[in-house]
Amino acid sequence: MSAPLPPPARTIDTSGKLCPFPIVEAARAVKGLERGAVLCVIATDPGIELDMPMWCKATRNEHLGTFREGGRFRSFVRKGGR
Amino acid sequence: MTVGATKAIGLISGGLDSTLAVALVRRQGIEVKAVNFYTGLCITETQRRKGGRADGTMPQNEALRAAADLEVDVEYVDISGKDYFHMLVHPRWGYGANANPCVDCRVFMMRRAREIMVAEGAEFVFTGEVLGQRPKSQRRDTLRIIERESGLEGRLLRPLSAQLLEPTLPEREGKVDRSRLLDISGRSRQRQMALAAELGLSGWPQPAGGCCYLTDESFARKFFDILDAREAAGGERAIEKDDVILLSTGRHFRLSPRAKLVVARNEVENALLEHHVAGRARLEARDVVGPVALVEGAPTWEERLVAARIVARYGRGKDAPKVVIGWREEDLQEFYEVEPERDEARIEALRL
Repeated sequence: MSAPLPPPARTIDTSGKLCPFPIVEAARAVKGLERGAVLCVIATDPGIELDMPMWCKATRNEHLGTFREGGRFRSFVRKGGR
Repeated sequence: MTVGATKAIGLISGGLDSTLAVALVRRQGIEVKAVNFYTGLCITETQRRKGGRADGTMPQNEALRAAADLEVDVEYVDISGKDYFHMLVHPRWGYGANANPCVDCRVFMMRRAREIMVAEGAEFVFTGEVLGQRPKSQRRDTLRIIERESGLEGRLLRPLSAQLLEPTLPEREGKVDRSRLLDISGRSRQRQMALAAELGLSGWPQPAGGCCYLTDESFARKFFDILDAREAAGGERAIEKDDVILLSTGRHFRLSPRAKLVVARNEVENALLEHHVAGRARLEARDVVGPVALVEGAPTWEERLVAARIVARYGRGKDAPKVVIGWREEDLQEFYEVEPERDEARIEALRL
């Protein structure tokens, strides 16, 4: 059984916004976090399942997981070293 | 040679050329911040918004994929505002084959890239442009225009063709090793593919380029139709964000200089049109399944009936003798009982 996700330091809701804006808003939100803190991004754009892992890899943040809950997604990112 | 401790802004689309440009600059030890400009006119983005390709797969965001592959910091910058749309309608250097003002668009982007360069404390901007690859925007003279008009004189590097162009400031100052840049020109991609293999890069999109709606003939027809219709009605030749979304959605019919009909092609487009009802009439069959449609402008009575007949033709009632079409404008709802349009030639004559 996988470890439970850490509680997010911040949650942003990008529902209704389409690619690339959930990532744009996530990038902005991560900037304001301490290193190691977790951001939760709520989105309705299914593209977030593809985009978030790639964005995290590019920007050296850690993608903890993206989970579908009905028509919404919750994506968890831990702020990395960059 | 003082290569190192230098920062650069790289424009990245996710295509092969811009990916290689980033890789070439990065391997000189230069810190790269990749920037992708959002215009709202990317065909792949629109496919994603509409739920993916016809085969059910979801296209990747190529700029993100490339940045992830290269592990380079990437930022999206939204330029799809009033100034950008004004440039699209009034390009100083004109259009390419369709509605693509590529030189103006590049100048617009490079001006913005220059601002980012200054804000980030970077030394130069670079792109994946290749000399002679595109007939209008990548000629030697237009590459110069883009550099000059963007305020990036001496600070706009094209790593793939650098050895064929005047040395830029960072090359002259030894911050970029010119001997490790390339001398590629023309439309062939053989050298780029060989370099990609050498650098271990794969997965770039095929075919090259062509992701912009403005280069699409059908989109261009609808783009200029809107401008012409607005001008003919005494208005300004202008487009807005809303227009761009509608131009890439549905079947379009020019009913008259006064009125235009947009008919959704599937459930996703139905939902998209529902977001753009304000200021337009919304049409839908009352008793049978059919598409959502919008009419913009000021149609005559006859044009209303033509629109209703076309909407009926694209629904389940297309073979019925009569279909009732609901016509709603703000709080006003009317119903038109019409025979679905069966004259394909007439439909085609109106189609944009």
